Amino acid sequence: MSIKLEHLSHQYSQNSASSRYAIEDINLTIEKGEFIGLIGHTGSGKSTLIQHLNGLLKATGGSYTFDGEDVYAENYNMKKLRSKVGMSFQYPEHQLFEVTVLKDVCFGPMNMGLTEDEAIIESKKALEAVGLSEEYYEKSPFELSGGQKRRVAIAGVLAMNPEYFILDEPTAGLDPVGRDRILNLIYELHRERNMTIILVSHSMEDVARFAKRLLVMNQGHLMFDAPPVEVFRHKKELEEMGLSAPETSYVMEELHKRGFSVDLDAITMEQARDSILQAVKGGKAL
Amino acid sequence: MMRDITIGQYYRADSPIHRLDPRVKLAGTFFFMISLFFQKSILTYVLAVLALVAVVKISRVPFSFMVRGLKPILYILLFSVLINMFFVPGVVIAKLWIFQITREGVIQAAFMGLRLIVLILGASLLTLTTTPNQLTDGLEKMFGCLKKIKIPVHEIAMMMSIALRFIPILTEETDKIMKAQMARGADLDSGNLIQKIKSMVPILVPLFVAAIRRANDLAMAMEAKCYNGSDGRTKMKPLVYAKADKTAYGIELFYIAAMIGLAFVSRRIGLSF
Repeated sequence: MSIKLEHLSHQYSQNSASSRYAIEDINLTIEKGEFIGLIGHTGSGKSTLIQHLNGLLKATGGSYTFDGEDVYAENYNMKKLRSKVGMSFQYPEHQLFEVTVLKDVCFGPMNMGLTEDEAIIESKKALEAVGLSEEYYEKSPFELSGGQKRRVAIAGVLAMNPEYFILDEPTAGLDPVGRDRILNLIYELHRERNMTIILVSHSMEDVARFAKRLLVMNQGHLMFDAPPVEVFRHKKELEEMGLSAPETSYVMEELHKRGFSVDLDAITMEQARDSILQAVKGGKAL
Repeated sequence: MMRDITIGQYYRADSPIHRLDPRVKLAGTFFFMISLFFQKSILTYVLAVLALVAVVKISRVPFSFMVRGLKPILYILLFSVLINMFFVPGVVIAKLWIFQITREGVIQAAFMGLRLIVLILGASLLTLTTTPNQLTDGLEKMFGCLKKIKIPVHEIAMMMSIALRFIPILTEETDKIMKAQMARGADLDSGNLIQKIKSMVPILVPLFVAAIRRANDLAMAMEAKCYNGSDGRTKMKPLVYAKADKTAYGIELFYIAAMIGLAFVSRRIGLSF
């Protein structure tokens, strides 16, 4: 049960002189149950990469095997792939169109071939998971707040019961409260349902906090594929790509330079707090 | 699919045609179109085609790029050619059930096709060498006299340039929305006509919502910059005729004169039809 990409490449405008690779020679295996963070500069190819995972884009080179089946085979069922690899886009609220919240969430499951009653059951489960109670069912999705809209949109994908869930910057443009809610929701899905999560983000803090494995894209290539702690040790390379390590990481480095024996691998706020407290209590400060 | 349409697109290049004042190009396009319609003769067609080829060459727009723009109108072209071929009365040269092809019909159809192609290429050359902003600036200035009879020329021009500016944005947005709905299992290609129309709803509703939101934002941004219409508004790049523009006007007038001359000559020696 896995996603397996081998030498995957995508070339835009293949036939004209201006052809260029959006992604090139990507080798990647994603097992069920992982929590993966994907970071990269704007235009690094991360959006292109994730759109291959649910078959919205077809690679111009290389192969994609999903659960042992070749996705690019003649009669592969793309609809089935899309129900297993759910994807919510940046500003997912742009996809809302129905008269009521419940109906909008039903759109996905009904496309999967469920009857209306079955779809409603799935949709109610999904809405519950994202924390929207019954009073929202009959509301118009357009009268909700930004964070609520986004939760409806995420529920719209969840209702299809995907095994893999790709989220392209799900917190872009949200206030801190809305952002934390969405991130916690994603983490719950991972923990409680063992759902495989691929979180595309611009926030190093967010991926440091949640991801177990971090992918870094740059100019169409996969530069790093390692646990966040290891990736964030390469501060210099990251900065050259227009990225950075989490703020915490810099604070720790600065403290270390000034003689505190703190853990340089602390990348989240909690880890940093513990490490600093320990260093201070230990009385090692000069 | 939408990226294939080259009508109305701007082709970035540095050529004497690109640098001309938009008013010159607008007038030239207008003259060219009129000239195509006022006389049917082999000589005038030759001149029109030669003029077009010359301008295309100077403009440095690749010919293959222009021809691609003809694709969307292929059916209209075929339709008008076929209509002409079958329904022009004259000497019958072939008969098929109730349809008959006449000699006059074939000639008429050939010239009709040629005329349409030249017409569209000529018109597309205007947009290929002129940015939408220049174009609306040109139009605004040309029709500026209409302000005297209370026609809001500036406002119309502004609306036009905003509309043009929004085409690529909305195209991109459509692409994104389509992908988002496809990710939710939307099926856009199969089914009969009614199902296909129905499947457009999940695309069109978010698109309209996005367009209205964008329009609101834009209006707000314009007001924040104290935009209040044409009164007392100056231009960053005022349109002033240069020497090349005057020369171009001269060439345009010469072209019209030559067209009229050729038309008369053709009638005398019997080349017109």
